Amino acid sequence: MTISKLFIANRGEIAVRIIRAAHELGIRTVQAVSAADRDMLAARLADEVVEVGKAHASKSYLNKEAVVAAAVASGADAVHPGYGFLSENADFAEMVEQAGLVFVGPKPETIRAMGDKATARVMAMRAGVPTVPGSEGRVESAAAALSAAREIGYPVMIKAAAGGGGRGIRVANTLEELAVLIPQASAEALAAFGDGGLYLERFVGRARHVEVQILGDGIRAVHLFERECSLQRRRQKVWEEAPAACLGADVRDALCASAVRLAESVNYRGAGTLEYLYDATTGDFFFIEMNTRIQVEHPVTEMITGVDLVKSMLRIAGGAPLALQQSEIRARGHAIEVRINAENPARDFAPAPGTVASLTVPGGMGVRFDTMLYPGYTVPPFYDSLLGKLIVWDDDRSSAIRRLSGALSELKIDGLTTTQSLHQALALDADVNAGEFHTRWLEGWLDANPAVAPAA
Amino acid sequence: MPLKTIQAPLPGIFYRKPAPDQPVYKSEGDLVAVGETIGLIEVMKTFTPVVAEEAGKIVAFHLETEDAVMAGEPLYDIET
Repeated sequence: MTISKLFIANRGEIAVRIIRAAHELGIRTVQAVSAADRDMLAARLADEVVEVGKAHASKSYLNKEAVVAAAVASGADAVHPGYGFLSENADFAEMVEQAGLVFVGPKPETIRAMGDKATARVMAMRAGVPTVPGSEGRVESAAAALSAAREIGYPVMIKAAAGGGGRGIRVANTLEELAVLIPQASAEALAAFGDGGLYLERFVGRARHVEVQILGDGIRAVHLFERECSLQRRRQKVWEEAPAACLGADVRDALCASAVRLAESVNYRGAGTLEYLYDATTGDFFFIEMNTRIQVEHPVTEMITGVDLVKSMLRIAGGAPLALQQSEIRARGHAIEVRINAENPARDFAPAPGTVASLTVPGGMGVRFDTMLYPGYTVPPFYDSLLGKLIVWDDDRSSAIRRLSGALSELKIDGLTTTQSLHQALALDADVNAGEFHTRWLEGWLDANPAVAPAA
Repeated sequence: MPLKTIQAPLPGIFYRKPAPDQPVYKSEGDLVAVGETIGLIEVMKTFTPVVAEEAGKIVAFHLETEDAVMAGEPLYDIET
């Protein structure tokens, strides 16, 4: 069955994105809103609007019963969960299905399996996808540690079994160092935690975050190449690219093929992302986790492949098989997305809600601004700080960065303090231009550049 | 003793307790000293404590945990 009326159980820019895709497919839309969101952009664009609860997300966008009841009452035949909120909640997906509606995403059991890190790791290993190498449980002696490390490969991280939060971690670069550190680490762990047990894991010092976009129809899966999202602050991505310029062609092929293997092995349905750590010094990649939903940074993939991921999700949810063969999906040029957040970079990224006095949106070839903003809109303080995503595409990475700088200088959001100034500075940075960064690079850069002045 | 109404310094979600399974910071009738935490306001997932700027006795709360509040709206009444 194809979908004729879609209920959007989300807010902000992704709700706008979903409504656009639905309307292009001739699907009518019902937008869920909290009491604080009646005037949001998605509510203005949707065919119908239904209030599902109070401002606090736990009473509205996270209230499974209220959302399902509203979807049923609206006469919708499908629910798109967006990202965040209930998008990876297997119970919610199950409730939607039990109410006789289509959940735009994978089956509840897939969400449940891939949402559990240990289960996902086992699934990955079964599909022949590399995971971060480590000892099988504790290493009971120095000799056992040395033999485990031979399998894992150096450098290895020695972790206290009873430790946590980074405490009790040491790094050995060689067999000799490991032999010295094992007894020390064990004694320290015993003193600190009352348990001298240790285990080993491969140490990836300068890890890069790469992730593969996949689409599946429950039988077959294809990849849409990878993204690099290493520029992060407090584990939140702030700048994303496609493709990952750090990968050689062989590594890219192996990485993307591994993602398709894992997706097909779990009969994946819908859009999903497999996240990996990439060790640029060795060329190794390790699966970390799978996100069973559309992601914030999906537009960079759309820009290099020309495939509309949200429309693809809706078609698959409507029962259509995958429309694309792997050989038909080609990547062209380079795309960059920067997140424009209502945060003050000069004040440790303090949240800065407010009212948009005026708005000037950049344009031109290869420039896209996915946003929830309009002039006069008051950004409520109750939710995420993401206001919009500025996305650029050009023939190659350095041209894309130049285009990004130009687009950032055109973008004017008067009335709000945003992270626009951070991105202007990053686009001029030598390391960023050289593609020389890793997942902890941005935090060091921010320490060295504390006063990224907000745009006037 | 004068009665004062204290207003929210920030817009966001108001919380009277540090975590769902913990007791409220302050109840009606409690005495508070300068600098004591009365509640929290969550702005875009960042929590800021609401701290007493004057000592006195709390008479009433205008909001409950998880209520939305705009800057300048009444939070609580205090006898100073």
